[in-house]
Amino acid sequence: MSVSTLGMTGVPSASELARVTPPAERRARGPVVVVECFQRIPCDPCHYSCHFGAIAPFSDINDVPVVHWDNCTGCGLCVAACPGLAIFVIDETAGTDDCLIAMPYEMSPVPAKGTRVSLRDRAGVAVGSGSVERVVPGRKVAGTTVVWVRAPKDLSMAARSFSIEEGDFCGQDR
Amino acid sequence: MRTTELAIVGAGPAGVSAAIEAASRGVKVILVDRADRIGGQLIKQTHKFFGWHEKSAGTRGIVIADQMEKSVRDNPNIIFIDSSEALGYYSDGVLLVETPAGIERLWCDRLLIAAGASEKMLLFPGNDLPGVYGAGAVQTLMNVHGVRPGTSVLMIGSGNIGLIVSYQLMQAGVRVAAVLEALPTIGGYVVHASKIRRLGIPILTSHTVKRVYGDDQVEGAVIWKLDSAWAGIPGTERDLAVDVVCLATGLTPLGELLWQAGAQMRYIPELGGFVPIHDENLETTAKGVYVAGDVAGIEEASTAMAAGRLAGLSIARSLGKVTEESYRACHRAVSHELEQLRSGPAGEKVRRGLERLREGRRLGA
Repeated sequence: MSVSTLGMTGVPSASELARVTPPAERRARGPVVVVECFQRIPCDPCHYSCHFGAIAPFSDINDVPVVHWDNCTGCGLCVAACPGLAIFVIDETAGTDDCLIAMPYEMSPVPAKGTRVSLRDRAGVAVGSGSVERVVPGRKVAGTTVVWVRAPKDLSMAARSFSIEEGDFCGQDR
Repeated sequence: MRTTELAIVGAGPAGVSAAIEAASRGVKVILVDRADRIGGQLIKQTHKFFGWHEKSAGTRGIVIADQMEKSVRDNPNIIFIDSSEALGYYSDGVLLVETPAGIERLWCDRLLIAAGASEKMLLFPGNDLPGVYGAGAVQTLMNVHGVRPGTSVLMIGSGNIGLIVSYQLMQAGVRVAAVLEALPTIGGYVVHASKIRRLGIPILTSHTVKRVYGDDQVEGAVIWKLDSAWAGIPGTERDLAVDVVCLATGLTPLGELLWQAGAQMRYIPELGGFVPIHDENLETTAKGVYVAGDVAGIEEASTAMAAGRLAGLSIARSLGKVTEESYRACHRAVSHELEQLRSGPAGEKVRRGLERLREGRRLGA
C-alpha cells in the first residue's frame, strides 16, 4: 500500500485535491464549497450545518463527506461548523482578477475589514497578499469565526491561511 | 462514614457520564475527583469535538465540561466530593478518600474507577531540565491558568494531543518550532495536522529528539532523523533554539486502584499499558468494581462518554434499578455507538487491543 504524503506532512497531494475541487464550470457560477476532508474519521456535523442539501447524509459516521456542488450557495455555515477546520468557500466571481476565500479563523486578534494579510498555502508558505473583506463572528466561546479574504484569483485553490501583515492590524483583541 | 450505592473515582467524561446515567435511573452516587471542578481533561480542551452532530460533535470540550457540571449540580442523586483523592478500596466495600478535611471512609455497593491516564515519559539526555513538560501540563498552564509555558516550543509526538496542543500554543501566541514524530507517518487526525501545517509549523516524521541542553533550564534541543530500525542517523542533527520541550508521547492507564482492588490486569500495548480485564458491562474480575474511560484503555473523550453511560447503565441494572428490557435496548444502542466510533481506520489499534483483552478473558487471564 502506498503511503500518502498527506499522512506524512499534513499537506494533500495534487490528486487528493483534484477530488475535492469543484469543476471550473461550477466555480465560474459563484461561491462554492471546498471540503478538504480526506481521512475517514467519526464525524458528521458538516451535513447538519448545510441548509441546502449540499453535503450528503452519512450512512457511516466514518465516511468522508460527499458534496453536491450544484446545491451549494457558498453561504459558509459549514466552514464555521467543521470541527476539523477543513472546509473553505471560494468565490471566483468576486472580481475580474480577484477571488474571495472563506477561511475558518480561531486566532486572536480577529482582523477587521480592510486589514492587509499575508496569504499562506497548505504548507504554511507565503504565496501572496490579500485583504479582509468580511468577518463572520462565531457563536460566543463555542463558535469559529469565518474570515472572507480577497485574494488574487489564481490563489483560490492555493491560499488556505493568513497572517496579519505587520502594522496593519485594525481589529479588536478578543 | 457515608454510604452510597455507587462511588465513582474520577469526574472526567467517563465518570460523569456514568454518574448521570446511573443517577437518572435512581442510583445514589458519590463522585470523587482530586480536581476542584467537574470535567477532568475537558476543562482544558478548547478544540471542537468530532463525532455525532446529535451528541457533542462541534462542541468544544470546555463547553461540554460546563454542561456536565450543571447536570451534576442539578441532580439530587449525585454528591460531588471535590479536591479529594481516592487512596484505596477494600473488599468489604470501603473506599478511602483523602479530602481537605481529612481521610473519609465511603461505604459503597458498587465502585466505578474512571481515573483516566497519565502521560508517558521519554528518555533522552536533558529530560530533567526545567522547561521539559508533558503536553497535558502545557494545556493546563495555558488553558486553565492562562500562563504561557515559554516562548518557543519543540513538540515531541504527532498524535492528536501533540497536534492539538501545538495549535493551542499558536493560539496563545507561542511559537512552535516543529512537531516531531518518530514513526514515518503522522499519528493523529490529518485535519489536525493540516490545520497547524498551514500556519507554518513543520511536522517532521521519522524524527526524534537526541538531547536537550541548557544550564538551569532548556535553552535548545538537538533533533535527528531516524532510520527504519529506529536508530538516529549521524549527520542529520539539527539544533533548535527553544525554551520548552513538550512531550506528547502517549498515555498510560492509571490503574493503581484496580491493582489494589485485586482486579486481573493484562498488558496490552495497543491500549496503553496494563488494563483491567472486563466484560461487556465493564465489570472487572473484582466483583462490583467497574471501569470506564482511559483507565480501561487509552481512547478519547467521545468513547469515554459512551463507555461511561454503558457502565452507569450496567451498574443500575446490577442494583435492580432497570428493567431487563430497558437495559437490553439501551445497552444495544450505546454498544452500537461505541462500535461505530471505533470502526474507522483511527480505531484500528483500539479494536486490536480490545480483541487481545477479550482473548485474555476467555483464557482466564
